[in-house]
Amino acid sequence: MKAYITRRYVFPASHRLHTAALTEAENYELYGKCNHPHGHGHNYGLYVTVSGQVDPATGMVCNLTDIDAFVQREVLDAFDHQNLNELDAFHEKVPTTENLCLEIEGILRRGFTAARVEEVRIQETRKNSFATVAPGAGARRELS
Amino acid sequence: MIYLTRRADFSASHYYHNPAFSPEENQRVFGKCCNLNGHGHNYTLEVTVKGEVDATTGFVVDLKDLKLLIEREVTDAMDHRHLNKEVPEFQSQNPTTENLAIVIWNRIHPKLKVAKLHRVRVYESEDLYADFYGEA
Repeated sequence: MKAYITRRYVFPASHRLHTAALTEAENYELYGKCNHPHGHGHNYGLYVTVSGQVDPATGMVCNLTDIDAFVQREVLDAFDHQNLNELDAFHEKVPTTENLCLEIEGILRRGFTAARVEEVRIQETRKNSFATVAPGAGARRELS
Repeated sequence: MIYLTRRADFSASHYYHNPAFSPEENQRVFGKCCNLNGHGHNYTLEVTVKGEVDATTGFVVDLKDLKLLIEREVTDAMDHRHLNKEVPEFQSQNPTTENLAIVIWNRIHPKLKVAKLHRVRVYESEDLYADFYGEA
């Protein structure tokens, strides 16, 4: 039987939305308060969804210790309590939560092999969340 | 098409163990979850059904019926119970969050007469939930 497991991780980080491709005035018009010069922060809620067949011997899609260890090492150690603008990953990209989502999705797809990575969702605030979805998500994407 | 989700809570205890594994293997695979005295969670269940709205009643499904179905098939059987010792489906498999979603789907699906079961989601905690969409 195919099941999906979603694990939540919370990490605080700061960012500022600003691009060298626009003037100061254009940046402020585009990004508004997200362009304030000293940045601001969020408690990012990272939701990682993986899927696979439930192993009849264990009852698990994958061992939570495996996904926790991978996310800690490859994601949280890099982003937790950091200023995203200062990280190599955002040297040439604006650290919008869209881009953060894509960056973390890329890390998982390249390195996590214990189950299929279905979705990476980031809750930036209570009002905003962003998600990437695996190709061929099918019926599951009707409602998440 | 409307998707309707009903939520229910239940508190239960469980442990993870495979009698075919050695004690060392059980410890390695299941960690602190293999304590045979068990431990507990406040589970949250979300049952999502889908269907068209009935022109007369305005319902996708009568919520009173859905609520009773969940109470009979899930809450009455699992709330304030030890899943390994008191729920028959868990005598031969671990009551993981994944297996809970599948077992609850199998209990509800055949008895849902109006609307179609779309998803069963079980939260073991705020940090972990499992979804089952009835896929083999």
